[in-house]
Amino acid sequence: MTALPTPEDIKAQIEASVPGAVVTVIPNSSPSAQRSLLLDHEHARDAALFLRDHPVLRLDFCSLTTGVDWLDTETSEKVKLKQLVDGVEKEVEETRKTKIPGYLEAVYHLFSMEKKHGPVILRLRTANRTDQTHVPSFTPVWRSAEFQEREAFDLYGIIFDGHPDLRRILMWESFVDYPMRKDYVPPADDPLAEVPA
Amino acid sequence: MADDLKELKIELSKNGIFTTTMEELYNWGRRNSVWPLTFGLACCAIEMIATTMARYDLARFGAEVFRPSPRQADLIIVSGTVTKKMAPQVVRLYNQMPEPKYVIAMGACAISGGPFRDGYNVLRGIDRYIPVDVHIPGCPPRPEALIHAFMTLQKKIENDALRGPERPRHLDPDAPSEFPVPEFGEHGLEPPNNPEVFNDARGNPLKVIQ
Repeated sequence: MTALPTPEDIKAQIEASVPGAVVTVIPNSSPSAQRSLLLDHEHARDAALFLRDHPVLRLDFCSLTTGVDWLDTETSEKVKLKQLVDGVEKEVEETRKTKIPGYLEAVYHLFSMEKKHGPVILRLRTANRTDQTHVPSFTPVWRSAEFQEREAFDLYGIIFDGHPDLRRILMWESFVDYPMRKDYVPPADDPLAEVPA
Repeated sequence: MADDLKELKIELSKNGIFTTTMEELYNWGRRNSVWPLTFGLACCAIEMIATTMARYDLARFGAEVFRPSPRQADLIIVSGTVTKKMAPQVVRLYNQMPEPKYVIAMGACAISGGPFRDGYNVLRGIDRYIPVDVHIPGCPPRPEALIHAFMTLQKKIENDALRGPERPRHLDPDAPSEFPVPEFGEHGLEPPNNPEVFNDARGNPLKVIQ
Protein backbone atom coordinates (compact mmCIF):
# COMPACT_ATOMS: atom_id res chain seq x y z
CA MET A 1 0.00 0.00 0.00
CA THR A 2 1.34 3.36 -0.99
CA ALA A 3 0.65 6.49 0.95
CA LEU A 4 -1.85 8.71 -0.77
CA PRO A 5 -0.68 12.26 -1.50
CA THR A 6 -2.52 15.02 0.37
CA PRO A 7 -5.33 16.88 -1.40
CA GLU A 8 -3.01 19.89 -1.77
CA ASP A 9 -0.43 17.70 -3.54
CA ILE A 10 -3.07 16.25 -5.86
CA LYS A 11 -4.40 19.74 -6.59
CA ALA A 12 -0.87 20.91 -7.49
CA GLN A 13 -0.31 17.86 -9.70
CA ILE A 14 -3.60 18.33 -11.56
CA GLU A 15 -2.99 22.01 -12.10
CA ALA A 16 0.55 21.30 -13.34
CA SER A 17 -0.53 18.62 -15.83
CA VAL A 18 -3.88 19.95 -17.03
CA PRO A 19 -3.31 23.49 -18.31
CA GLY A 20 -5.95 25.90 -17.11
CA ALA A 21 -7.55 23.57 -14.58
CA VAL A 22 -8.88 25.24 -11.45
CA VAL A 23 -8.97 22.92 -8.44
CA THR A 24 -10.22 24.02 -5.03
CA VAL A 25 -9.61 22.05 -1.87
CA ILE A 26 -12.85 21.95 0.13
CA PRO A 27 -12.14 21.85 3.87
CA ASN A 28 -14.02 19.48 6.17
CA SER A 29 -14.50 20.54 9.77
CA SER A 30 -15.86 17.18 10.93
CA PRO A 31 -13.63 14.81 12.98
CA SER A 32 -12.77 12.80 9.87
CA ALA A 33 -11.33 15.96 8.24
CA GLN A 34 -11.75 14.26 4.88
CA ARG A 35 -11.10 17.00 2.36
CA SER A 36 -12.26 16.95 -1.21
CA LEU A 37 -11.36 18.53 -4.54
CA LEU A 38 -13.74 20.81 -6.42
CA LEU A 39 -13.12 20.69 -10.16
CA ASP A 40 -14.08 23.26 -12.79
CA HIS A 41 -16.40 21.98 -15.52
CA GLU A 42 -14.18 22.67 -18.48
CA HIS A 43 -11.19 20.67 -17.31
CA ALA A 44 -12.97 18.10 -15.13
CA ARG A 45 -12.79 15.29 -17.72
CA ASP A 46 -9.05 15.81 -18.32
CA ALA A 47 -8.40 16.00 -14.58
CA ALA A 48 -10.33 12.74 -14.08
CA LEU A 49 -8.35 10.99 -16.83
CA PHE A 50 -5.15 12.28 -15.24
CA LEU A 51 -6.15 10.86 -11.83
CA ARG A 52 -7.11 7.53 -13.39
CA ASP A 53 -3.97 7.07 -15.50
CA HIS A 54 -1.32 8.65 -13.28
CA PRO A 55 1.26 5.92 -12.44
CA VAL A 56 1.38 6.75 -8.72
CA LEU A 57 -2.26 7.68 -8.11
CA ARG A 58 -3.92 5.10 -10.45
CA LEU A 59 -7.43 5.92 -9.16
CA ASP A 60 -8.99 3.21 -11.30
CA PHE A 61 -12.17 2.62 -9.31
CA CYS A 62 -15.08 5.04 -8.79
CA SER A 63 -16.86 3.38 -5.92
CA LEU A 64 -19.53 5.95 -5.22
CA THR A 65 -21.34 8.75 -6.99
CA THR A 66 -23.92 10.78 -5.18
CA GLY A 67 -25.85 14.02 -5.36
CA VAL A 68 -26.19 16.76 -2.78
CA ASP A 69 -28.77 19.54 -2.77
CA TRP A 70 -27.66 22.85 -1.28
CA LEU A 71 -30.59 25.21 -0.84
CA ASP A 72 -30.38 28.97 -1.21
CA THR A 73 -29.15 30.34 2.12
CA GLU A 74 -29.22 33.75 3.68
CA THR A 75 -26.63 35.12 6.07
CA SER A 76 -27.30 38.21 8.11
CA GLU A 77 -24.68 40.33 9.83
CA LYS A 78 -25.09 43.40 11.94
CA VAL A 79 -23.20 46.45 10.78
CA LYS A 80 -22.79 49.61 12.81
CA LEU A 81 -23.14 52.75 10.74
CA LYS A 82 -22.84 56.43 11.52
CA GLN A 83 -25.80 58.35 10.22
CA LEU A 84 -27.04 61.88 10.53
CA VAL A 85 -30.38 61.82 12.32
CA ASP A 86 -31.95 65.28 12.79
CA GLY A 87 -28.58 66.91 12.29
CA VAL A 88 -26.92 64.84 15.02
CA GLU A 89 -24.53 62.08 14.17
CA LYS A 90 -25.70 58.83 15.69
CA GLU A 91 -24.57 55.27 15.57
CA VAL A 92 -27.23 53.13 13.95
CA GLU A 93 -27.20 49.37 13.78
CA GLU A 94 -28.27 47.82 10.51
CA THR A 95 -28.66 44.18 9.54
CA ARG A 96 -27.41 43.31 6.13
CA LYS A 97 -28.62 40.18 4.47
CA THR A 98 -26.60 38.36 1.86
CA LYS A 99 -28.19 35.71 -0.29
CA ILE A 100 -26.01 32.76 -1.14
CA PRO A 101 -27.53 31.00 -4.14
CA GLY A 102 -27.96 27.27 -3.87
CA TYR A 103 -26.52 24.66 -6.17
CA LEU A 104 -26.53 20.95 -6.81
CA GLU A 105 -23.41 18.93 -6.31
CA ALA A 106 -22.16 15.59 -7.62
CA VAL A 107 -19.64 13.84 -5.35
CA TYR A 108 -17.35 11.02 -6.52
CA HIS A 109 -15.33 8.72 -4.25
CA LEU A 110 -12.30 7.30 -6.02
CA PHE A 111 -10.12 4.40 -4.95
CA SER A 112 -7.21 2.55 -6.48
CA MET A 113 -7.53 -1.20 -6.81
CA GLU A 114 -3.98 -1.48 -8.09
CA LYS A 115 -2.29 0.65 -5.43
CA LYS A 116 -4.84 -0.18 -2.71
CA HIS A 117 -5.34 3.38 -1.59
CA GLY A 118 -8.11 5.93 -1.43
CA PRO A 119 -10.43 7.63 -1.22
CA VAL A 120 -9.90 10.76 -3.25
CA ILE A 121 -13.11 12.75 -3.30
CA LEU A 122 -14.09 14.90 -6.26
CA ARG A 123 -16.93 17.41 -6.39
CA LEU A 124 -18.68 19.07 -9.29
CA ARG A 125 -21.09 21.93 -8.71
CA THR A 126 -23.89 23.23 -10.90
CA ALA A 127 -24.37 26.94 -11.45
CA ASN A 128 -27.75 26.96 -9.71
CA ARG A 129 -30.65 24.71 -8.77
CA THR A 130 -33.12 25.73 -11.46
CA ASP A 131 -32.07 26.15 -15.09
CA GLN A 132 -28.32 25.57 -15.14
CA THR A 133 -27.97 22.13 -13.61
CA HIS A 134 -25.32 20.74 -15.94
CA VAL A 135 -22.06 19.07 -14.90
CA PRO A 136 -19.74 16.96 -17.06
CA SER A 137 -20.28 13.21 -16.81
CA PHE A 138 -17.52 10.92 -15.54
CA THR A 139 -19.09 7.79 -17.02
CA PRO A 140 -16.69 7.82 -20.02
CA VAL A 141 -13.82 7.78 -17.49
CA TRP A 142 -15.22 5.35 -14.91
CA ARG A 143 -17.94 3.09 -16.31
CA SER A 144 -19.14 2.29 -12.76
CA ALA A 145 -20.53 5.83 -12.49
CA GLU A 146 -23.19 5.14 -15.13
CA PHE A 147 -26.11 3.95 -12.98
CA GLN A 148 -25.24 6.21 -10.07
CA GLU A 149 -25.14 9.29 -12.30
CA ARG A 150 -28.53 8.23 -13.67
CA GLU A 151 -29.78 8.00 -10.08
CA ALA A 152 -28.46 11.50 -9.28
CA PHE A 153 -30.16 12.74 -12.46
CA ASP A 154 -33.40 11.00 -11.49
CA LEU A 155 -33.58 12.14 -7.86
CA TYR A 156 -31.76 15.52 -7.92
CA GLY A 157 -32.09 16.68 -11.52
CA ILE A 158 -28.35 17.03 -12.16
CA ILE A 159 -27.78 16.76 -15.94
CA PHE A 160 -24.55 14.94 -16.73
CA ASP A 161 -23.22 16.13 -20.09
CA GLY A 162 -21.60 13.29 -22.01
CA HIS A 163 -23.46 10.50 -20.22
CA PRO A 164 -24.23 7.77 -22.80
CA ASP A 165 -27.74 6.92 -21.53
CA LEU A 166 -29.12 9.58 -19.23
CA ARG A 167 -32.64 8.41 -18.32
CA ARG A 168 -34.58 8.13 -15.07
CA ILE A 169 -33.65 4.91 -13.30
CA LEU A 170 -35.92 4.60 -10.23
CA MET A 171 -38.92 6.77 -11.09
CA TRP A 172 -40.94 6.41 -14.27
CA GLU A 173 -40.26 8.42 -17.42
CA SER A 174 -43.31 10.70 -17.14
CA PHE A 175 -42.46 11.74 -13.56
CA VAL A 176 -41.48 15.42 -13.41
CA ASP A 177 -40.28 16.07 -9.84
CA TYR A 178 -36.89 15.44 -8.26
CA PRO A 179 -37.83 13.69 -5.01
CA MET A 180 -34.51 13.91 -3.15
CA ARG A 181 -34.34 17.69 -3.41
CA LYS A 182 -34.86 19.36 -0.06
CA ASP A 183 -37.83 21.41 -1.24
CA TYR A 184 -39.69 18.41 -2.73
CA VAL A 185 -43.30 18.15 -1.58
CA PRO A 186 -44.90 14.73 -2.13
CA PRO A 187 -48.50 14.63 -3.43
CA ALA A 188 -51.16 14.65 -0.72
CA ASP A 189 -52.73 11.28 -1.40
CA ASP A 190 -53.38 9.95 2.04
CA PRO A 191 -57.05 9.71 2.89
CA LEU A 192 -57.76 8.91 6.48
CA ALA A 193 -60.80 6.96 7.55
CA GLU A 194 -63.52 8.89 9.28
CA VAL A 195 -64.39 7.31 12.58
CA PRO A 196 -67.95 5.90 12.27
CA ALA A 197 -70.37 7.57 14.67
CA MET B 1 -77.95 -24.33 7.76
CA ALA B 2 -80.71 -24.16 10.29
CA ASP B 3 -79.93 -25.24 13.85
CA ASP B 4 -82.28 -28.21 13.90
CA LEU B 5 -80.71 -29.53 10.72
CA LYS B 6 -77.25 -29.18 12.28
CA GLU B 7 -78.42 -31.15 15.29
CA LEU B 8 -79.88 -33.81 13.01
CA LYS B 9 -76.59 -34.01 11.16
CA ILE B 10 -74.67 -34.50 14.40
CA GLU B 11 -77.18 -37.10 15.55
CA LEU B 12 -76.88 -38.97 12.24
CA SER B 13 -73.09 -38.93 12.36
CA LYS B 14 -73.24 -40.49 15.84
CA ASN B 15 -75.06 -43.39 14.23
CA GLY B 16 -72.53 -43.80 11.46
CA ILE B 17 -74.37 -41.89 8.77
CA PHE B 18 -72.43 -39.12 7.07
CA THR B 19 -74.42 -36.27 5.61
CA THR B 20 -73.22 -33.06 4.00
CA THR B 21 -74.41 -30.20 1.82
CA MET B 22 -73.17 -29.02 -1.58
CA GLU B 23 -72.04 -25.81 0.06
CA GLU B 24 -69.92 -27.58 2.68
CA LEU B 25 -68.44 -30.02 0.22
CA TYR B 26 -67.64 -27.31 -2.30
CA ASN B 27 -66.02 -24.99 0.26
CA TRP B 28 -64.16 -27.89 1.89
CA GLY B 29 -62.58 -28.71 -1.44
CA ARG B 30 -61.76 -25.09 -2.24
CA ARG B 31 -60.23 -24.16 1.09
CA ASN B 32 -57.85 -27.10 1.09
CA SER B 33 -56.26 -26.40 -2.26
CA VAL B 34 -55.57 -22.69 -2.42
CA TRP B 35 -52.68 -22.26 -4.80
CA PRO B 36 -50.65 -19.09 -4.25
CA LEU B 37 -48.85 -17.16 -6.95
CA THR B 38 -45.03 -17.30 -7.00
CA PHE B 39 -44.68 -13.63 -6.27
CA GLY B 40 -42.54 -11.74 -3.78
CA LEU B 41 -41.62 -8.09 -3.48
CA ALA B 42 -39.21 -7.65 -0.59
CA CYS B 43 -37.95 -9.15 2.67
CA CYS B 44 -41.43 -10.49 3.58
CA ALA B 45 -41.04 -12.81 0.59
CA ILE B 46 -38.14 -14.50 2.38
CA GLU B 47 -40.46 -15.31 5.31
CA MET B 48 -43.07 -16.50 2.83
CA ILE B 49 -40.50 -18.86 1.29
CA ALA B 50 -39.54 -20.07 4.77
CA THR B 51 -43.22 -20.77 5.45
CA THR B 52 -43.38 -23.11 2.48
CA MET B 53 -40.27 -25.08 3.42
CA ALA B 54 -39.99 -28.15 5.62
CA ARG B 55 -39.88 -26.48 9.04
CA TYR B 56 -43.19 -24.60 8.74
CA ASP B 57 -44.56 -26.56 5.79
CA LEU B 58 -47.49 -24.67 4.28
CA ALA B 59 -48.22 -27.93 2.38
CA ARG B 60 -50.07 -29.09 5.50
CA PHE B 61 -52.78 -26.61 4.49
CA GLY B 62 -52.88 -27.58 0.84
CA ALA B 63 -51.01 -24.52 -0.39
CA GLU B 64 -47.68 -25.99 -1.40
CA VAL B 65 -48.15 -25.51 -5.14
CA PHE B 66 -46.84 -22.01 -5.83
CA ARG B 67 -47.91 -21.40 -9.42
CA PRO B 68 -45.61 -19.58 -11.81
CA SER B 69 -48.52 -18.04 -13.73
CA PRO B 70 -51.36 -15.88 -12.43
CA ARG B 71 -53.73 -17.86 -14.71
CA GLN B 72 -53.26 -20.89 -12.44
CA ALA B 73 -53.23 -19.16 -9.06
CA ASP B 74 -56.03 -18.56 -6.51
CA LEU B 75 -54.14 -16.41 -4.02
CA ILE B 76 -51.70 -13.53 -4.31
CA ILE B 77 -49.60 -12.92 -1.20
CA VAL B 78 -48.43 -9.29 -1.45
CA SER B 79 -45.22 -9.82 0.48
CA GLY B 80 -43.28 -6.61 0.84
CA THR B 81 -43.11 -2.92 -0.01
CA VAL B 82 -45.17 -1.99 -3.05
CA THR B 83 -43.43 0.86 -4.83
CA LYS B 84 -45.52 3.18 -6.95
CA LYS B 85 -43.58 1.98 -9.96
CA MET B 86 -44.50 -1.66 -9.15
CA ALA B 87 -48.15 -1.07 -8.16
CA PRO B 88 -49.62 -1.21 -11.72
CA GLN B 89 -47.91 -4.56 -12.28
CA VAL B 90 -49.30 -5.95 -8.99
CA VAL B 91 -52.82 -4.88 -9.98
CA ARG B 92 -52.34 -6.34 -13.46
CA LEU B 93 -51.20 -9.69 -12.02
CA TYR B 94 -54.28 -9.70 -9.79
CA ASN B 95 -56.51 -8.93 -12.78
CA GLN B 96 -54.98 -11.84 -14.67
CA MET B 97 -55.93 -14.35 -11.97
CA PRO B 98 -59.16 -16.27 -12.56
CA GLU B 99 -62.01 -16.09 -10.03
CA PRO B 100 -62.31 -17.11 -7.23
CA LYS B 101 -59.21 -15.23 -6.11
CA TYR B 102 -57.94 -13.98 -2.78
CA VAL B 103 -55.36 -11.50 -1.51
CA ILE B 104 -53.23 -11.62 1.65
CA ALA B 105 -51.41 -8.33 2.38
CA MET B 106 -48.35 -9.52 4.26
CA GLY B 107 -46.40 -7.20 6.53
CA ALA B 108 -46.39 -3.54 7.53
CA CYS B 109 -45.42 -2.28 4.05
CA ALA B 110 -48.10 -4.13 2.11
CA ILE B 111 -50.85 -3.00 4.50
CA SER B 112 -49.81 0.65 4.97
CA GLY B 113 -46.38 1.46 3.57
CA GLY B 114 -44.80 0.55 6.91
CA PRO B 115 -41.46 2.14 7.80
CA PHE B 116 -41.16 3.47 4.23
CA ARG B 117 -44.58 5.17 4.31
CA ASP B 118 -43.11 8.65 3.74
CA GLY B 119 -40.89 7.51 0.88
CA TYR B 120 -41.39 9.30 -2.41
CA ASN B 121 -41.99 6.06 -4.31
CA VAL B 122 -43.90 3.98 -1.74
CA LEU B 123 -47.55 3.01 -2.07
CA ARG B 124 -49.28 3.35 1.28
CA GLY B 125 -50.95 -0.06 1.22
CA ILE B 126 -52.04 -2.30 -1.64
CA ASP B 127 -55.66 -2.09 -0.43
CA ARG B 128 -55.87 1.21 -2.31
CA TYR B 129 -56.20 -0.70 -5.59
CA ILE B 130 -57.22 -4.31 -4.94
CA PRO B 131 -59.57 -5.87 -2.35
CA VAL B 132 -57.53 -7.46 0.44
CA ASP B 133 -58.99 -10.45 2.30
CA VAL B 134 -56.49 -10.77 5.15
CA HIS B 135 -54.07 -8.15 6.46
CA ILE B 136 -51.13 -9.33 8.61
CA PRO B 137 -49.00 -6.83 10.51
CA GLY B 138 -45.35 -7.50 11.31
CA CYS B 139 -41.99 -6.46 9.95
CA PRO B 140 -41.68 -9.07 8.63
CA PRO B 141 -44.43 -11.32 10.05
CA ARG B 142 -43.12 -14.64 11.31
CA PRO B 143 -44.05 -17.76 9.34
CA GLU B 144 -46.54 -18.61 12.11
CA ALA B 145 -48.29 -15.30 11.38
CA LEU B 146 -48.53 -16.12 7.68
CA ILE B 147 -49.92 -19.55 8.56
CA HIS B 148 -52.44 -17.82 10.82
CA ALA B 149 -53.41 -15.51 7.96
CA PHE B 150 -53.76 -18.51 5.72
CA MET B 151 -56.00 -20.31 8.24
CA THR B 152 -58.06 -17.12 8.57
CA LEU B 153 -58.50 -17.12 4.79
CA GLN B 154 -59.51 -20.80 4.92
CA LYS B 155 -62.18 -19.96 7.53
CA LYS B 156 -63.41 -17.18 5.28
CA ILE B 157 -63.69 -19.56 2.31
CA GLU B 158 -65.38 -22.18 4.48
CA ASN B 159 -68.08 -19.69 5.49
CA ASP B 160 -68.82 -18.51 1.94
CA ALA B 161 -72.51 -18.84 1.12
CA LEU B 162 -73.17 -20.07 -2.40
CA ARG B 163 -76.47 -18.24 -2.78
CA GLY B 164 -78.05 -15.05 -1.53
CA PRO B 165 -76.81 -11.49 -1.23
CA GLU B 166 -73.81 -12.56 0.89
CA ARG B 167 -72.42 -14.80 -1.83
CA PRO B 168 -68.78 -14.24 -2.83
CA ARG B 169 -67.77 -12.13 -5.79
CA HIS B 170 -67.07 -15.00 -8.16
CA LEU B 171 -70.67 -16.19 -7.91
CA ASP B 172 -72.09 -12.74 -8.56
CA PRO B 173 -72.11 -11.94 -12.29
CA ASP B 174 -72.51 -8.23 -11.57
CA ALA B 175 -69.48 -8.00 -9.27
CA PRO B 176 -66.20 -6.89 -10.86
CA SER B 177 -63.34 -9.35 -11.13
CA GLU B 178 -60.86 -6.88 -12.59
CA PHE B 179 -59.90 -3.53 -11.14
CA PRO B 180 -58.52 -0.46 -12.92
CA VAL B 181 -54.74 -0.43 -13.25
CA PRO B 182 -53.34 2.90 -11.96
CA GLU B 183 -51.41 5.03 -14.42
CA PHE B 184 -48.11 6.81 -13.95
CA GLY B 185 -48.85 10.52 -13.47
CA GLU B 186 -46.54 13.50 -13.31
CA HIS B 187 -46.34 13.50 -9.51
CA GLY B 188 -47.65 10.08 -8.48
CA LEU B 189 -50.10 7.35 -9.39
CA GLU B 190 -53.41 8.33 -10.93
CA PRO B 191 -55.88 7.87 -9.44
CA PRO B 192 -54.25 7.77 -5.96
CA ASN B 193 -56.73 5.07 -4.94
CA ASN B 194 -59.75 3.18 -6.21
CA PRO B 195 -62.75 4.34 -4.13
CA GLU B 196 -64.66 1.15 -5.04
CA VAL B 197 -62.10 -0.86 -3.11
CA PHE B 198 -60.59 1.68 -0.73
CA ASN B 199 -63.57 2.67 1.38
CA ASP B 200 -64.88 2.42 4.90
CA ALA B 201 -66.86 -0.60 6.04
CA ARG B 202 -70.12 0.87 4.72
CA GLY B 203 -68.82 1.47 1.22
CA ASN B 204 -68.26 5.22 1.53
CA PRO B 205 -65.04 6.44 -0.05
CA LEU B 206 -62.45 7.73 2.40
CA LYS B 207 -62.03 11.49 2.49
CA VAL B 208 -58.70 13.21 2.05
CA ILE B 209 -57.73 15.11 5.19
CA GLN B 210 -54.86 17.49 4.51
